[in-house]
Amino acid sequence: MREITVREALRESLRYNLAHNDKVFLAGEDVSVVGGGMGVSKGLIDEFGEKRIVDTPISENAIVGLGIGAALTGLRPVVEIMYIDFVTCCADMILNQMAKIHFIFGGQVKVPMVLKTVSGTSGGNAAQHSNNFYPMFLNTPGLVVMAPSTPYDSKGMFNMAIEDDNPVIFIEHKRIYNIKGHVPEDHYTVPIGVADVKKEGQDITIVATQALVYDALSVAEDMEEEGISIEVIDPRTLNPLDKATIFESVKKTGRLIIADESCLNCGFASEVASSVAEEMFDYLDAPVVRIGSPDTSAPYSHPLELEYIPGKEEIREAIKKVKKI
Amino acid sequence: MKISNDDKIKMLWEMMRIRQFEERAGELYVAGIITGALHASNGQEAVPVGVIMNLKEDDYLQSSHRGHGHVLAKGGEFKPMMAELFGKITGYCKGRGGSMHFAYVEKNILGTNGIVGGGIPIAAGVGYSIVYKGTNQMVACFLGDGAANTGAFHEGINFAAVVNAPVLFVIENNQWAISVPRKWSDRLVDLSKRAAAYGILGETVDGNDVLAVYEAANKAVKEIRAGNGPVLLECKTYRWKGHHAGEPASLQYRDPKEVEAWLKKCPIKKLEKALLEEKIISEAEIEEMTKKIEQELDEAVEFAKKSPLPEAASLHDHLYV
Ligand SMILES: Cc1ncc(C[n+]2csc(CCOP(=O)(O)OP(=O)(O)O)c2C)c(N)n1
Ligand SMILES: [Mg+2]
Repeated sequence: MREITVREALRESLRYNLAHNDKVFLAGEDVSVVGGGMGVSKGLIDEFGEKRIVDTPISENAIVGLGIGAALTGLRPVVEIMYIDFVTCCADMILNQMAKIHFIFGGQVKVPMVLKTVSGTSGGNAAQHSNNFYPMFLNTPGLVVMAPSTPYDSKGMFNMAIEDDNPVIFIEHKRIYNIKGHVPEDHYTVPIGVADVKKEGQDITIVATQALVYDALSVAEDMEEEGISIEVIDPRTLNPLDKATIFESVKKTGRLIIADESCLNCGFASEVASSVAEEMFDYLDAPVVRIGSPDTSAPYSHPLELEYIPGKEEIREAIKKVKKI
Repeated sequence: MKISNDDKIKMLWEMMRIRQFEERAGELYVAGIITGALHASNGQEAVPVGVIMNLKEDDYLQSSHRGHGHVLAKGGEFKPMMAELFGKITGYCKGRGGSMHFAYVEKNILGTNGIVGGGIPIAAGVGYSIVYKGTNQMVACFLGDGAANTGAFHEGINFAAVVNAPVLFVIENNQWAISVPRKWSDRLVDLSKRAAAYGILGETVDGNDVLAVYEAANKAVKEIRAGNGPVLLECKTYRWKGHHAGEPASLQYRDPKEVEAWLKKCPIKKLEKALLEEKIISEAEIEEMTKKIEQELDEAVEFAKKSPLPEAASLHDHLYV
């Protein structure tokens, strides 16, 4: 079985789509020679040239606008916003235009584009390069929001994002680009709005996203030794959310932890928690526990950053809490 | 323009301070002691020094992500800067900000910035505040050539022009925005041409000639202080190092010959040569200055090392007042 990294899986998907669909192009800051902010598209300039791999000025509004305009007129653009922190510089293009044009035109046009970007805190990048701003996309109907964790899902979901006729926000994560996993060489897609049970279990459900999937799996493995069986669900698509898979699991376990790196206040975890509270109240045997970035800005200083990033320690604490009752 | 010998020596001193600080910070980064995004300004020292020598103590500074030089030229001190890079509570921002967020409000240094273009509209606001309160101050706002293509640039400078804000917008045109060369970012030769679009004065100057920068900034500052609104000054220069300290050397997006040619145009060497020729300074005195700065840096590193890290429990401090 071939193993490649998340970064390589994403590049493989980009390469496939550029090679098989001449309507696909990639535009973003530094996407050619250095392969964008995270090196995902590195090397593709040599294969596809400047028309397909477009380096842009530092003009986030124009980058997303370019994508929208091209999508409206028959192309299938992929645009990169180097860090999710900079989506604020093009929030209008995303939230008012990209998300809404299909609707406000009464369905006359489609906006089949992908906006790829990266979230997550790491490496002392401080408050303006560590954000997890995606809840604002979840609060904007009209956008598909994907956030994969594994190399397999990264490739299949990126293929799906390009294939889908809706505007897709595709969120990568800084801390997992180099993680390796099995990825078939053949073309495949992962469907939108379908969660994946990364590990089956009976006692506690953990809904985890992005890097926290790995933390949840690691803690779940440790817990097996203590006789606690944990089910880990990766929703993969944050909107539309596969509530059915989560609800099924909660029916079985009665205990739910949600681990997601967006800030707790009105974050993704809050959305999952409230859905379960509304629809699955009778099945719950313990209060739902949310794990997320604390409601403060990401600090530069290393010990503060360590304290800031949610991970295994928080998951273990949460397990203690839901177990007690 | 007559520039006094003392001022010329001060320019050399200030540029050397920046260069040596950047070199030391770079070494500490490579040693793994400093983390985060560290954007060094080696080779660009004439810009902050030539401009800021024209400012008064109570004038304001808005800086960019490549801001160590601006902060130092405006009165930033080694110890709290180094401590900030070490993430210590004795740093200017108590370890919260790091390199991209240096701020020293006591000296009216209103921050470096992690968002390209982020400081430009804020400079307009500070300028408006000066007009509003009728204080006799001004703002120097530094930005890169890449930042000149942000929406914030257009909105910020236009608005500053409309409210006649006393702001000197300084484009440090180092020819590159990470790996993107000017020719893929805009179609101008001189970015100062943009000034005409806002109805303000614009000028382009050799950014590696500190005396030329000083003169151009002096003229601009006189205009601004005379109440004629903002000025756009473009300084043509070059970034010697990678975009940030962690950039792999294998990333060869610049032609080594281009880098080589610019290394020969060292702003510090240029001034040194002139001062030596005019016998304003001696080799021995320059040597002495270098040593003094090194010693001061040693002390700053020692200070930073000894300073305490923030307590984990203080994570929520300073979020709200
Ligand atoms: C709004 C925004 N977009 C992108 C970035 C990523 N980024 C950081 S520095 C930089 C290049 C800036 O180029 P320039 O303004 O010329 O300054 P230089 O780095 O050359 O000094 C980019 C694209 C950012 N920090 N903010
Ligand atoms: Mg530049």
